[in-house]
Amino acid sequence: MSDSGEIWTAIRLTLGLAFISTIVLLSIATPIAWWLARSSRSWKEIVAAVVAMPLVLPPTVLGFYLLIFLGPDGPGGAFAGLWGARSVAFTFEALIFGSVVYSLPFVVQPLRNAFVAVGSRAMEAAATLRASPRDAFWSVAVPLARPGFLTGAIFGFAHTVGEFGVVLMIGGSIPGETKVLSIAIYDYVETLRWTEAHILSAGMVVFAFIVVLAMLLIEKRLGRVLR
Amino acid sequence: MVLAAIVWLTTPVAAAAEIHVGVATNFADTARTVAAAWTRSTGHRVVFSIGSTGQLFAQIRQGAPLDVFLSADEASARRAEDEGLAVPGSRFTYAIGRLVVFSVERGRVRDAETLRSGQFERLALASPSAAPYGAAAMDVIRRLGLEERLRRKIVFGQSIAQTYQFVRTGNADLGFVALSQVVGHAEGSRWLVPENLHSAIRQDAVLLRRADNDTAARDFLVFLRGPEGRRIVETFGYGRDP
Repeated sequence: MSDSGEIWTAIRLTLGLAFISTIVLLSIATPIAWWLARSSRSWKEIVAAVVAMPLVLPPTVLGFYLLIFLGPDGPGGAFAGLWGARSVAFTFEALIFGSVVYSLPFVVQPLRNAFVAVGSRAMEAAATLRASPRDAFWSVAVPLARPGFLTGAIFGFAHTVGEFGVVLMIGGSIPGETKVLSIAIYDYVETLRWTEAHILSAGMVVFAFIVVLAMLLIEKRLGRVLR
Repeated sequence: MVLAAIVWLTTPVAAAAEIHVGVATNFADTARTVAAAWTRSTGHRVVFSIGSTGQLFAQIRQGAPLDVFLSADEASARRAEDEGLAVPGSRFTYAIGRLVVFSVERGRVRDAETLRSGQFERLALASPSAAPYGAAAMDVIRRLGLEERLRRKIVFGQSIAQTYQFVRTGNADLGFVALSQVVGHAEGSRWLVPENLHSAIRQDAVLLRRADNDTAARDFLVFLRGPEGRRIVETFGYGRDP
């Protein structure tokens, strides 16, 4: 495969991974964040802490546990046994799983903040208008929490694109399957192919700048609208 | 004991030097043992920077404060010499790596037939472009004519250390690892790949530019090259030039 082919494969793979992970992240993070924002249980902060742990843990710790978790001695191996395999590591699906675990706090936190900002008063108002809780959630809370969804989606996406340690440990560097951008860059640096490393790294710098700038602009605009 | 105390007391403190050695991860344990023996006989100390050969080379090129470079291959050490980063003529092969096909399951690996049979799910190797052990493993697969058949079963570790992790955790049922990684225990099953199936995994050392006049650093390389260095290196599962 030519160099540019290799680079494009890695870019496509990375964007695909980030896109799917973001969708999974939003669907998992929404109920968690909603519960964290609304529940009055005293132990909810323990759940919040568990969700937020990847912020502190080195990716190598997560990657190491995931490698064992996905393998023949962990639940992943039992799951893989359903179709006669021994491990779910080294697959695109394993990367999605890893990305979701790793990026979860980046999506839960802004969503939780947004749901807290919605407040109980809007929900109570909806209830007095005989909206079912489900109705109120979809027609009141979600629209009001839009900035949180946007921030969470952007963070989840960007964080998955930038992920390295976890993928390194559970991916197996298979082109078109698990060899994402960050791994490709690492590979190029390792093998002293600095031209390719420069091209991809510069691209990542531009991407990071656009993401952060977009975030700032969105927050500014939404802040104005909401005020 | 008394003698040791006298030797220790009479060794002038000012003479105890400290040298900085960049060592490829696969050789780190062995290098520490060599350094401990060297420290016992000279009083000098070694501070290690452990990394992959590519990382270390990139750092040396950017002026990392290292005196000795123990590369995991021949090419990077030679390149350090060619680019003027190392003292000309200081390069030598301190270890020759041996490749092993390893599985944590007993009776799983016997010989080349194990690879030919294709009776496994995942075969882990180190990245052939980044790691010399990976390149050698590809040689073996090619020489056995199994490239096409095994293509879909191969997963790559970025380094030989990571490749061992894949096999050790059972995520890959088979893997090409370094003899030095499994020489200390008798678990699982293994096949020591004959050296005629792959190009030699020569690991070269060089004295780096800034240590040109550093007698301690030079002495460390002499020690590594000498009989005691050889003995330790061989105990850890590496070969040496005769």
